Amino acid sequence: MASTALFFLFAGFAIMCAISMVYHKNPLYSAISLVGVFISLSCIYVMLAAPFIAAVQILIYAGAIMVLVVFVIMLLNLDDQGTKNRLRYLWALGGGLGVVLLVQTLFIFYAVMKAPQQASDQSVSVGKTLSIGQSMYTVYLLPVEIVGVLLLMAIIGAVILARRLSQPQLELVVDQELDRRNETELENEYRVEL
Amino acid sequence: MLMEPVIKTAFPFVVTAVAVLIAFQMVLMIVAYTVLAERKVLGWIQGRIGPNRVGPWGVLQPFADLLKFIFKEDLVPDKSTKFIYFLAPMVALVCALMPMVVYPFGPAITSVDWSFLPYGLGEGIRTLPLTIAQIDVGVLFVLGITSVGVYGIALAGWSSNSKYSLMGGLRSSAQMISYELALGASVIGVVMLAGTLDLGGIIYAQQTSTFRWFIIPQFVGFIVFLIAAFAETNRVPFDLPEAETELVAGFHTEYSALKFALFFMAEYVNMFTVSVMCTVLFLGGWYVPGLSHIFEPGTIPYALVSHFAFIGKICAFLFFYIWVRGTLPRFRFDQLMNFGWKFLLPVALANVIVTTVVVFFLNR
Repeated sequence: MASTALFFLFAGFAIMCAISMVYHKNPLYSAISLVGVFISLSCIYVMLAAPFIAAVQILIYAGAIMVLVVFVIMLLNLDDQGTKNRLRYLWALGGGLGVVLLVQTLFIFYAVMKAPQQASDQSVSVGKTLSIGQSMYTVYLLPVEIVGVLLLMAIIGAVILARRLSQPQLELVVDQELDRRNETELENEYRVEL
Repeated sequence: MLMEPVIKTAFPFVVTAVAVLIAFQMVLMIVAYTVLAERKVLGWIQGRIGPNRVGPWGVLQPFADLLKFIFKEDLVPDKSTKFIYFLAPMVALVCALMPMVVYPFGPAITSVDWSFLPYGLGEGIRTLPLTIAQIDVGVLFVLGITSVGVYGIALAGWSSNSKYSLMGGLRSSAQMISYELALGASVIGVVMLAGTLDLGGIIYAQQTSTFRWFIIPQFVGFIVFLIAAFAETNRVPFDLPEAETELVAGFHTEYSALKFALFFMAEYVNMFTVSVMCTVLFLGGWYVPGLSHIFEPGTIPYALVSHFAFIGKICAFLFFYIWVRGTLPRFRFDQLMNFGWKFLLPVALANVIVTTVVVFFLNR
């Protein structure tokens, strides 16, 4: 009873934050709304007996990634005019994707209703830190390693990009290209990419 | 009796609410008197007397300050982003206070017989834990909630629409993101030795370990944690977000009256939080070696002495903060960043690797 009420509270808050994230013109408000979505999701994780996922959700998404996003928005001071023009072309695509998502959600709802109901085993400690760690390093070792390599690649990529900006005198492949082309032209191009 | 099921259902909630209230009052009183202690100690360090007008020895100064904050005029900058400007101090204080629910204030009391309670409320209650909520991932919970506190500072800087505030907010978020990594990495060693993320479990693990306190096997981790904690709470020598000589007052330049008081309180509550974490992770929390020979574990005197030992350790850390503030000059911003990324983080990671190897060979 109480958990149902709490679920609807957090789920409603998540949906409200998601809507306000999409509709706000100010990118900073959108970012804060996204933080609200993450926090209410983590509350739902707690109620699903997955405290580790909940804590990591707050620590990684709300505490680290979104702080960086807010940081970038504060530094760039984005103009909301440009974003509106760009979105005009994407109405049809967004609408189509939305319909697909709706159908998917309804299908999941239908499948859950059709599935035979059985009481869950309370003694299983799936959400506990110990069981997550054990299954990560035994059953799911290969995916964990693959994700690790991916993250390493991302770190190296970030280092190379940052180096190119701050120390252009280093002879990297991208710097040779920078010499070949007109320097100001490339600089403009880079600014657009940012 | 019609009321009986209602009372029985409401009882756990009432107990939790009372526990939250007591812990809240206790934390806020300690924080209020930390402010007074800071002014007094700084006064002694600088050869002054410090506040001594309100009450004997200045003991009513925190309440006088609070009254002053309430009655001051609340100025809101004209071109600020109003909603975020009001939201920021609340986020800062709420995120500072929330970790309170997992603090292990003392050992569980098991000797009391609760059957005297009416309506059979005491049935099935064997222990009275001195924590509000015992969750499996206490360490991650505290780190996560405090990391959300960065928003309070960053948003305050942005929404004030002032150059000084923005610079303070940017500096502060950059600093807190950087030092959070070292802070998190320094905790991993303790978590590996204890084998749990639960704060109470870490204290129990220290009682059964060889050295009693984790500060001995994890001395490097302790030093890294202490330094990173100074940076996380924006204290001297890492108080660049509010460097007076450069930024007036940093991110809270445009805040006045009670909204400024919220930021001020959040800073001191954060100091309290990192002191609690330091005590629990490295100094054995409420554990006093040898106390179980004097009092039976689980009795009320044992719990009380342990609780005051816990508060005493925290106060020692708070004093250390004030002492350092009175002693050290401020870093430059590039020094701060270089120190965090090129020294503190590698040391913390090396500590993690060495601890892993040692734990692996010890457990074989």
